[in-house]
Amino acid sequence: MIDQQKLYEIWVYLQAEPLFWLTLTIGSYLIADYFYRRSSLFPLLNPVAISVLIVSVILLTFDIQYERYFDGAKFIHFLLGPATVALAIPIYKKWDLILSNSRAIFISLIIGSVFAIFITYGLSSYFELQQELILSLLPRSVTAPIAMGISELIGGIPSLTAIITIITGIIGASLGIFVFDLMNLKKMEARGFSLGLASHGVGTARAMSRDANAGVFAAVGMGLSGLVTSLILPLFIKFIF
Amino acid sequence: MLNSIFVILFFQLVGEFIQKFLELSVPGPVIGLFLLLIILLMSKKNYYKIPINFQINLINSAENLLNYLPLLFIPVGVGVVMHLSLLEDNLVPVMLVIIIGTLLTLAVTAFVMDKLLKEVNKDD
Repeated sequence: MIDQQKLYEIWVYLQAEPLFWLTLTIGSYLIADYFYRRSSLFPLLNPVAISVLIVSVILLTFDIQYERYFDGAKFIHFLLGPATVALAIPIYKKWDLILSNSRAIFISLIIGSVFAIFITYGLSSYFELQQELILSLLPRSVTAPIAMGISELIGGIPSLTAIITIITGIIGASLGIFVFDLMNLKKMEARGFSLGLASHGVGTARAMSRDANAGVFAAVGMGLSGLVTSLILPLFIKFIF
Repeated sequence: MLNSIFVILFFQLVGEFIQKFLELSVPGPVIGLFLLLIILLMSKKNYYKIPINFQINLINSAENLLNYLPLLFIPVGVGVVMHLSLLEDNLVPVMLVIIIGTLLTLAVTAFVMDKLLKEVNKDD
């Protein structure tokens, strides 16, 4: 006979501990990654999207506050910083390849970063969104901490920008491949670079798991578009509003 | 192993310090990335020597960590789902802006890059 009262008490204890949420996060990722590989890397089964879904459903079902979950998940979240620094290593290893294509990188960087701003502005004006929301949308292609900084600077709402930025990353990482296949693009470096430029870290993670050169070019695209966007977006705002 | 963890954390720390000190809009870890890259590239140009054992160690640790890069986005991703209500009635238009905007940006950037890239040697 299972003592339900006791089980409930154990649950109450465990769900208040970081250990439970840390284990759940890694467990969902392993499950999502397993099915992603089993499906021979079917893009819509993007492991980030699926594991986020698994964890969110569990949190919503048991009515758990995000703060409580994050208390455990923060140990994983913390590693984002060191992982960003670690991107120096693959870039270093492919430095000659990057240098010999610096013209291509520079031109695509400028065109891509400017295009990202214009298309976001154009579409949000078309949907007649309020100005505050448009300003929160504009920096969405670059890595979240940069995007939030820019958002604050130009008068957007940083927390809203964070949400929009992460969604952008997941969309690019899971749907990008359909665009590339449709365009019949063969060069992994071009695919990677645009993933890093348009969907920052999540796109870079995705590119890295597919092809080493794509991953390096994604890291370069992410870093450079972050710099360029933080320089040109404030100028664009002055010009438009 | 511990040496390379220390180096990576140290560069992030220096990056965070520079970011706060100069009040830059570039995040600390990104500054740390650039600094570490510069240090590594300078050793390649023989300004000084980084012991080969340590280089291998650093490369292994970094690549191990980067293998799990997707995992690291889950906590933030869950935060997004839990806070979707912030978008209120704007959820549908905002999603459309993001989806159309992102896919078009990907297409344009990849197209330009594809035309300008030199033929890349696959086993480079």
